[in-house]
Amino acid sequence: MANSEYLLQVEHLKEYFPVRAGLAKTIHLKAVDDVSFAIRPGETLGLVGESGCGKTTVGRTLLQLYKPTAGRITFDGKVIYDSGEQYDENGQLKVDANGKPVMGKKVHVDMLPYRKEMQMVFQDPYSSLNPRMTVEDIIGEPLDVHKLCSNKKERHERVMELMELVGLNAEHAMRYPHEFSGGQRQRIGIARALAVNPKFIVCDEPVSALDVSIQAQVVNMFEDLQEKLGVAYLFIAHDLLVVHHISDRIAVMYLGKMMELADSDELNDNPIHPYTQSLLSAVPVPDPRTARASKRIVLEGDVPSPLHMPSGCPFRTRCRYATEQCAKAMPPFTDRGNGHYVACWNK
Amino acid sequence: MSEVKTSQDWKYLLEVKDLHTTFSTDKGGEVHAVNGVSFALEPGKILGIVGESGSGKSVTAYSIMDILSENGGITGGQILYKGQDITKWDEKQMQSFRGKCCSIIFQDPMTSLNPVFTIGNQLMEAIMLHTDRNKAQAKARAIEMLELVGINEPEKRIKQYPYELSGGMRQRVMIAMALACEPDILIADEPTTALDVTIQAQILELMQDLQKKLGMAIIIVTHDLGVIASMCDEIIVMYGGRVCERGTADDIFYAPAHEYTKGLLRSIPSGSNMKERLIPIGGTPINMLDLPAGCAFCPRCDSAMKICLRELPPELQVGEHHMASCWLNVKNAKEGK
Repeated sequence: MANSEYLLQVEHLKEYFPVRAGLAKTIHLKAVDDVSFAIRPGETLGLVGESGCGKTTVGRTLLQLYKPTAGRITFDGKVIYDSGEQYDENGQLKVDANGKPVMGKKVHVDMLPYRKEMQMVFQDPYSSLNPRMTVEDIIGEPLDVHKLCSNKKERHERVMELMELVGLNAEHAMRYPHEFSGGQRQRIGIARALAVNPKFIVCDEPVSALDVSIQAQVVNMFEDLQEKLGVAYLFIAHDLLVVHHISDRIAVMYLGKMMELADSDELNDNPIHPYTQSLLSAVPVPDPRTARASKRIVLEGDVPSPLHMPSGCPFRTRCRYATEQCAKAMPPFTDRGNGHYVACWNK
Repeated sequence: MSEVKTSQDWKYLLEVKDLHTTFSTDKGGEVHAVNGVSFALEPGKILGIVGESGSGKSVTAYSIMDILSENGGITGGQILYKGQDITKWDEKQMQSFRGKCCSIIFQDPMTSLNPVFTIGNQLMEAIMLHTDRNKAQAKARAIEMLELVGINEPEKRIKQYPYELSGGMRQRVMIAMALACEPDILIADEPTTALDVTIQAQILELMQDLQKKLGMAIIIVTHDLGVIASMCDEIIVMYGGRVCERGTADDIFYAPAHEYTKGLLRSIPSGSNMKERLIPIGGTPINMLDLPAGCAFCPRCDSAMKICLRELPPELQVGEHHMASCWLNVKNAKEGK
């Protein structure tokens, strides 16, 4: 099944969190529910959606910071997690005569060697750096963990090299995080992620906490580093304009499910799913004439609670096109040509 | 309740003239958060104040409402409400100014509502404080206001507590509370920053609708150029506690005349620059404890001249309603460009 075209393949990934709903009752919060996608080497896949849609959980489950509930994750041709469920070509779960799922081989590898290949940059540059460590130790820690440097001199040189790479003054290596601004701290976080030469980085809202004038600096740096090092990104953000700028392809999530996935220009010019359409039209464009001319598609109501998900398609409660079929079953995530995937019965 | 007196001849609903607001710090230093901000607001208009964090945009709003923290105060300038200088008013007069003449909604609807009182209780408190309505009338008004801001089943909602509502709903309640006494001005301090895009669109739409229906003026304070572009008639761009540029939305977006505004517009992704590299503004935002003598933006400005370091640029008229404080404009004007 592993396709060598892709660096990372995620199939039918599920992440359920147990929630106590009474003394002896536990219900499951389906944070990520049957999500599949793949990332090519050196590519940026943008992941967008409203808060609570599970985009951060996808990023963390990929790296197995959370243990996945089910699914299969293949990285660089090797299966690093497989819960054993089998699916046929149409994405249907294979079941035996008794209705029980046919189970294949379970895989759950030790992640430590893979941490060298897959890294993460966090949203909040204020809480993701240890305030008691110097910048040199923060950036050097992954080098120590993976024993990549044989002596102190080598480690120091590598840290200097990394700081220069992300545009930090190497003289500041002995300083502590509080002495840096938000944008500089985010650069420290990125240098730490790059220390082990990863092939893939999950960037979880890396520019959301930054000022407008600093965002562009960091976005440019991500793009430059990708060109230089060929690293692939899963770029999670809620700012659709930033995601459109940085991504090759964009995936849209709603309540734990993947709604649409397409090339970033294709998705912006020709959104098919009603949710994507309203999401894009809700973005305030920094252009008064366009803003005056266009009509927002304003969605009614709020996102339903993920604990009490609507049956079938989770978006149907706010969808203009919802029909009876939408309540019955979740629409399949199908290719509508040129790798434009959509999960909708009506479009 | 002392009635707010206003003089008869006023042109602007609110006029801020050379406002200075200063905070004292623990170490004995002073932070000049707002340094000579001036603007005027006409009745029924939407004014946007845009700037990065630390630019003094929120402090300007808080100065108007006189809700600065204890270590801060207005140290100069005037704030004229219908021709009356409200900086000279006493606490009692300001109390009736707030809510009745001018209301404010905050960024975070999670923390600006009191968690231990019901929505109805908090709404009725504001109404009974500023009008002569009795409890039953206040309740009816509260329900009417909740209906106005698009909350379904308002009779049920007024018995609920803030935690039972979503973020968008809470911001609607805040708006209902702010508008309950029909103020002339609504100040919205980052009203949608904490909300998701689809909810943001709902709230912006609601504010535009209510503005048309009730005819109040709105001041929107935000860092989001997109929100500003879609909402405002007039825009003020602030940096380092000063106004860089002010003008109509079209002036600011299509003919920016200050290097900071130009840089800001180049640095954000918009529909037109998706394939190009973004052009960031170099350097880091200004340290307000250590303001330069000249233009606040000059340490980050690519076109800075010697004079920018030494002297504050004067505000120069560059269009009909378009003012900018940049020495480059002065230079160009002298050279007859």
